[in-house]
Order: sequence, then structure tokens, then C-alpha cells
Amino acid sequence: METVIRIEKLFAGYGLVPILENIHFDVFKGEIFIIIGGSGCGKSTLLKHMIGLLPPISGQVLIQGEDLCLAVGDDRNRILQKIGVAFQSGALFGSMTVLENILLPLKEFTRLPDTVMEDIAWMKLKLVGLEKNGFLMPAELSGGMKKRAALARAMALDPSIIFLDEPSAGLDPVTSASLDNLVKDLADSLGITFVIVTHELASIDAIADRIIMLEKNAKGIIAQGTPEQMKTNTENPYVYNFFNRKIEKGEK
Amino acid sequence: MKAWAVSTQDGNTVLSLTGRLDAKNASLLLQEGLRIIAKTLTPGLILDLEAVDYMDTAGATFLCLLENEAEKKGIEKFSIARLKPGFSTLVDMAKEVRQADFSAQRPETLSFVESRGKSLLDALAETKEFITYTGEITLALFQSLLRPKKIRWADTFLVAERAGVDALPIVALISFIVGLVMAFQAAIPMRMFGAELYVANLIGIAMVRELGPLMTAIILAGRSASAFAAEIGTMRINEEIDALTVMGLDPVKFLIVPRIIAATFITPLLTLFSNLVGILGGAVVITSMGYPFISYYDQIASFVSWGDLTGGLVKCFVFGILIAAAGCIRGYQTESGPSAVGISTTRAVVTGIVLIAVFDGIFSIVYYSLGI
Repeated sequence: METVIRIEKLFAGYGLVPILENIHFDVFKGEIFIIIGGSGCGKSTLLKHMIGLLPPISGQVLIQGEDLCLAVGDDRNRILQKIGVAFQSGALFGSMTVLENILLPLKEFTRLPDTVMEDIAWMKLKLVGLEKNGFLMPAELSGGMKKRAALARAMALDPSIIFLDEPSAGLDPVTSASLDNLVKDLADSLGITFVIVTHELASIDAIADRIIMLEKNAKGIIAQGTPEQMKTNTENPYVYNFFNRKIEKGEK
Repeated sequence: MKAWAVSTQDGNTVLSLTGRLDAKNASLLLQEGLRIIAKTLTPGLILDLEAVDYMDTAGATFLCLLENEAEKKGIEKFSIARLKPGFSTLVDMAKEVRQADFSAQRPETLSFVESRGKSLLDALAETKEFITYTGEITLALFQSLLRPKKIRWADTFLVAERAGVDALPIVALISFIVGLVMAFQAAIPMRMFGAELYVANLIGIAMVRELGPLMTAIILAGRSASAFAAEIGTMRINEEIDALTVMGLDPVKFLIVPRIIAATFITPLLTLFSNLVGILGGAVVITSMGYPFISYYDQIASFVSWGDLTGGLVKCFVFGILIAAAGCIRGYQTESGPSAVGISTTRAVVTGIVLIAVFDGIFSIVYYSLGI
């Protein structure tokens, strides 16, 4: 299996105090890779390191063998074009229509004729089921539509890796399930690798190929494997309880 | 990716591509591809994609564009041959998108007349809203004044500190400079008549009656009306105002009344300060011309009456209410979107300054008619 992301001896955190220590794992091409963990365990921080928003305290994040943090200028842009990120809130630009949001990276980074770019943007909207909403402003979209539009924008340049930060948060089960199907389809048909931060057990069951679980006190990965392996993990009671929705005595 | 390979087979032109068909390569190949199609004389054109090992949406869209061009050129038979099965869904989707007419969804743009009409309706609706809020605020103010215990005094004092005490340096700077510059400019022509000392009369009356209140009000509009609009606007966007409403707390009494009371009381105080500093600014010029400070003081004290001072201060009460109300109402009207708070802030300052100018004019006329 081809490794697309390699995290090596990463000390992750803001400033000099690491939230996660000595993390290493690989993400393989075409898989749906899930990062989970309780609140405050550093999931989002890890994601920020992976997408180059936060430099590692020490260690390396390699995207297809290249270190995003060491790259500058055009090199950095070239690596960034391999990844797409859909943020938790959608982070659509409010002053542009949904279509224009998707056209923005195309216009900035490709030299295709306008009609081709528009066709590509409409294709992405069709992929996420928003082909009737291209001319709406982000403020006119519902929460689920915003997330799907954000996913369409993340896909604009046909990246090989897409990062999703809590795609199911705040969505109803039906919308959440349709988003899961979409992710699964894209991974299967286009071979896109997905790295997803989520809490949603139903969604993990439906789409995950591999999972890593982070924990606050351990400051690192406490378990990894397929959903089945995680559910039957009896070595670590925290992992077992998390996946089987059990509440330990004394915990809320 | 290699360039186009052109060959003929059974009377058809065959175009072959090799390698990756992505956005970068598609844009490199496009011009040449269109040129080849334009030159094609055979009835059929076959795109051979056997050697294409990667294709993304940009590549698929590119193929559809070529197909379209071939159709326009009048090539009867256009076909895509030996496409890898994984890519065919992409090409199908690209074709669907190309055929669909999405532009029909584009919202209609208004004609010149329609857009004028819409602006007028918007302006009327907004004026109505402004008047409603003004009424609501006035009512809330009276209710609060009847039951002063219900007023949120802690908030009121906090606002008074931020809008009043913290504004002292800027008010001092502007007033001092206005007093100084005015005295200096007036002293030059007055000197020709040996009447420099009468500059004191000018400074005194101008600062106390007009400039002190006006400068203070404009500084407050820029500094505090904008802050009120931004605070309340952000609360509106974060649904904090909705939260207050469903808790049964009237947002007007909770947020707006303390701000208006604070602004109403600090504006006259700041104006007194502004008057004093402005007059001191004038004193610097006059004393530097060799007159003792006591003559400047006497000149002002004998010329400026208590009526002038109170007239100026009464105006300030009204200005204070206007500034705070403009800021709060504009903040309250904030809509959603990233630029909404920016728009409200701008409108708060503009509304504040316009109201100050209008009411200053009204006061001038009233004072003139009353002989004050």
C-alpha cells in the first residue's frame, strides 16, 4: 500500500508545551482514516499540524514524502494543491456565491478557460448534490448544505487527500448519513484519501477503514485499528467504553 | 504528459493522449487540441485514451469541451475510445454538466427602475424600523427612569468609563489643537487692528457654544457609537440577543438603556473638559503674543455668559442620546454575514454624525429665536 501521509515522532501543540507526544502513524492511499478521541485530546491540533497551519514542535509531517512545513513559496503551494480541507464551520467566503467559492481556487491555480472551470465547479456541486444551489450565498444555506459546499470547495482542485473536521457535527442523522455515503463514494470512485476527525460512532461504523484514538492523559495514540478491532478492544477499558457507549462509574 | 499524437485510421482521424489528464496538462493541451480539431477534414474523429492512466474532473471536462468543439466544426462522428472503466463515470458526469443549463438558476438581476424602486422600499422599511426602535428605546428609558433600581448600573458605569474616561486624551488633543489653531488664525488679521486680545472673545464663545459640544459629539460618534454597534451587532450574530429575549429579558433594557444613560451623562462632562482645554489652547497663543493670562481670562469671563455655557451643555445631553441610540439601533439591525458588523459600524458613525449635524442646526435656530 502506498503511504500518502506519514507522521514521524510528532510533538504537537501550541507554543512549546506539547499536547500530543511522539506520535507516529501512516495514512495509505484511498483509505478513510479516522481520528477520534474525547474533547480536548488534541484531535483538531493534530489536524492543524497535518494541513500545515501549525508547525510541529518537533518531528515531521510528510505529505506524499514532502514536508509541508519546510516548503516555501511555489513548493508549498504545489503540496497544498494535493490536499483539500473542509473546516468544521464550512468556512465558506460569505461575500461570494457557492459557485464562486469553488471557482476561487480554480481561478487562482489553473489556467483553464472560464467555461471549463465553471463546468468543473458545477461537477463538484453535482457530486455533493448542490447543483441547484450554486448561485446562493453561503448565508442562505442550511448547516448540512454548508458542509457539503465546503467539501465541494475542498475538492475543487482534485486533491488526492481531503481532510474533514467533524463533518457530522450539528447535522441530522439523515444528512449525516448522506454525507457519509458521499465520502465513501468519492473514496471508492476517485481514489481520494480521507482523513476525518469525528465523534460520530454511526459514521465511523459506516465508512472507517482505519481509526486512531487519541487520549488526553496519555498525550498520544492509545489504540488503533479497524472499527471491529476497536469495538472488541478489551485491553483498554476507555477504548472499549468509548466504542460501546458505556459510562464508567464516576464519569459523567 | 506527451503532446497530441495524430494519425489516421479507416478514414478517421485518431488523436491519442498518454499519461495524466489533470488540470495542469489539460490547460497545456487545450490550444493545440482545438487547433487540430479545426484542421480536421475527415468525417470521424476518435480520441484514443488507452494510455491515459489518470484522469480527474478537469480532464473529463476538457474531453467534453473537445467534443463540443468537434460538433461545432461539423465532425459527424466523434468518439472517445478505450477509456479506462474507472474514468467513464467522470466523463458521463462532465457531459451531463455540459448539457445542463445552470445559468437558468441565476437569480434575476433587477432593471435600473426596479433597483431604484427596491432601494426606496428598503429605505422606507428601514426608516420605519428606525422609528420603531426609537419609540421602543424611549419607552424603555422612561420605564427605567421611573424604576431606577431596575437599571443595570454596573454596566452603565462600565460604559461610562470606556466611552467617557477613556476618551479624555483624544478629546483633549483635538480640543487643544482646535483652540490653538483657531486662535492663531484669528490673531493674524486681528493684529492689524491691534485687537489680538479680542481673540479671547472669539475662542470663548466659539468653544462654549459650538465647537466644544460638536467636537466632543463627533469624537464620541466615531469612538463609541461604532463600539456600541459592533458589540451589539456581534451579540446579534452570536444569537446572544435571541438568548436574552427567550429568557424574558428585554434586550433594549438590558443592552441599550445602560449605554444611552451612560452616554447622556458623559457627553456634557466631556464637553466641559473640551471647552476648558480648547480655551487653554487659545491661551497659549495669546500669552505667547505677550498678553498676561489674566487678561485673557478676564476677557472671556466678561464676554461669555452662563447662558452660552448652559446652551452648549443642553445640546450635549441631546447629542449623547442621539449618538448612543444611533450606535445601538444600527447594532441591533445587524444582519448575518461576515461584513454585517462592519456595515453596522459604518452606518452607526454616519447616522450619528448626520443626526448631530441636523440637531445642531435645529438648536441654532431655536436658540436664535429664543434670543439665547
